[in-house]
Amino acid sequence: MKIIVCIKQVPDTTDIKWTENNTIQREGVESIINPFDVYAIEEALKLKKIIPDVEITVITMGPLQAEKMLREAIALGCDKGVLITDKKFAGADTYATGKTIASAIKSKLPDFDLIICGQFAIDGDTAQTGPSIANQLGIPQITFVKELKECESTHICAVREIDEGIETLRVELPALICVLKGFKETTRAKINGFIKAKNAEITVYSMEDIGLTPEDTGIKGSPTFVSRAFRPEHNRGKCEICPDYNALAEKINEFGGISNE
Amino acid sequence: MSNIMLYAEVTKENYLHTVLFELAFKAQELSNKLNNADVSALLICKTGLAEEFKEAFINSGFDYVYIAEDDRLTNYSTELYSKIAVDVINEVKPEIILIGATTQGRDLAPRISSSLHTGLTADCTGLDINDRGQLAATRPTFGGKLMATILCKTNPQMATVRPKVFKPAPENIVKDTKFIYIKTDIENIETKVKFVEFVKGLNTAINELDSAEIIVAGGKGMKNEVGFELLKNFAESIGACVAASRGAVEMGLAPADIQIGQTGKTVTPKLYIACGISGAIQHIVGMQDSDKIIAINTDEKAPIFDVCDCGLVGDVFEVLPKLTNLYKN
Repeated sequence: MKIIVCIKQVPDTTDIKWTENNTIQREGVESIINPFDVYAIEEALKLKKIIPDVEITVITMGPLQAEKMLREAIALGCDKGVLITDKKFAGADTYATGKTIASAIKSKLPDFDLIICGQFAIDGDTAQTGPSIANQLGIPQITFVKELKECESTHICAVREIDEGIETLRVELPALICVLKGFKETTRAKINGFIKAKNAEITVYSMEDIGLTPEDTGIKGSPTFVSRAFRPEHNRGKCEICPDYNALAEKINEFGGISNE
Repeated sequence: MSNIMLYAEVTKENYLHTVLFELAFKAQELSNKLNNADVSALLICKTGLAEEFKEAFINSGFDYVYIAEDDRLTNYSTELYSKIAVDVINEVKPEIILIGATTQGRDLAPRISSSLHTGLTADCTGLDINDRGQLAATRPTFGGKLMATILCKTNPQMATVRPKVFKPAPENIVKDTKFIYIKTDIENIETKVKFVEFVKGLNTAINELDSAEIIVAGGKGMKNEVGFELLKNFAESIGACVAASRGAVEMGLAPADIQIGQTGKTVTPKLYIACGISGAIQHIVGMQDSDKIIAINTDEKAPIFDVCDCGLVGDVFEVLPKLTNLYKN
């Protein structure tokens, strides 16, 4: 069984910088694997334990530094790393990103069985790239997945956490799933994992390698663009900081903080 | 005639999701800025169900309702619903499509936009028409630290919109709504995804938090069961209901049915006291409309202090017992 895990490098900082095009400045910012994608890796590793002959390829679109993140994923137990990187990808929205990743999968990793993505990325929070990849590849999707069960090489059952409750769906493979963050601790890399990761070969593809043109990718290939970015405003006044708990208690009283019931 | 199309989501219990009425009122405002563009709805549901909703559509300002009914559409299916939506949109050619940012909407919308090769802005909290007649969709990014207004170069301009951000119309907007039944072209589609089962969640159950006047909510900063016990004692001392952030629920300190935020409940008490909650945007959206908000947190830079009326920088393990004693005596 061939599994592809899509991961994203996100900034691990409160220090947000924007380029003059109003897109996010990623160079020079400390980065981590998107926390939801850590659970995507975790689900793949779980499948590897219960299904024979599972090969996990972890793929990302991002700057050259994202290679470090792919090695981290290999240290955790993934087998191969693929980095799609090109200056022309800059400023891609979810449509262009979905198209780029789908094109890489179609041209370089066509015989996959399952693609696993994180449901959200903590920077953009769109939850759109996974479904966009699935649509471009013409495969079914299951989103908001909490856990997988009855996994076989031909189908899986996915338990989804949706607004109204818990839904279970069964899907024939190939398919794409988007997973939520679990409650449990994720796998930590062991020493032999680090050694494997250090020596692993990361395959790097450019825009031309995956058969795309500048019109397909980056800002040019994106239907949406940020026209304005600004700090959020709240209609409450500035927060009044109380010096001690007595002062806070007075405020609680003032705000009607004792129920009559 | 230009056209603003809204997706009418049908819930598991066969009601129209309330976000439709929030969108419907907002769409009237957008329509006014677009030379009174038509407002239409797309309803996909099981055979016969649309009849039950007709009055609601007539009273909510819809000019047209496009209806696709089929018994295969009883349960939401990404494959069938997106196929039908794309067919209808290609026929009707709306300029703007708005979809509630529910779990169903966020599953369906990117599938549609990707098929139509158009743009989609996720989980918007603000919608407007700019001076060039384009949809200007505003949304929080980077955990709510920045707002971004996003434009779309292609039609239809699509957005998913967060529920409970916009208000439904205060009174009926009655229209001579035209109901158009669409012939669905799905007989030959073999779906790859099969429905297995659904278990209704506690989140939708009637919950005392909905009517609570005072809520004391605990986050990760409550650390353990001992901490959560301190929180409960404090809540009891002032007659408040107890709630939790997703972080606290994930740590097993509180049940999921008292979780406040994007994936939990939205509450609007007179007073909301956030204890050991840092204030991620996903939490803020569930409590920001409370009349007054108080926060207690050790980190003076925690984002919760940006959205509250008053706060105390301090350790909940010290502050809460002191407050509890004060109120008990």
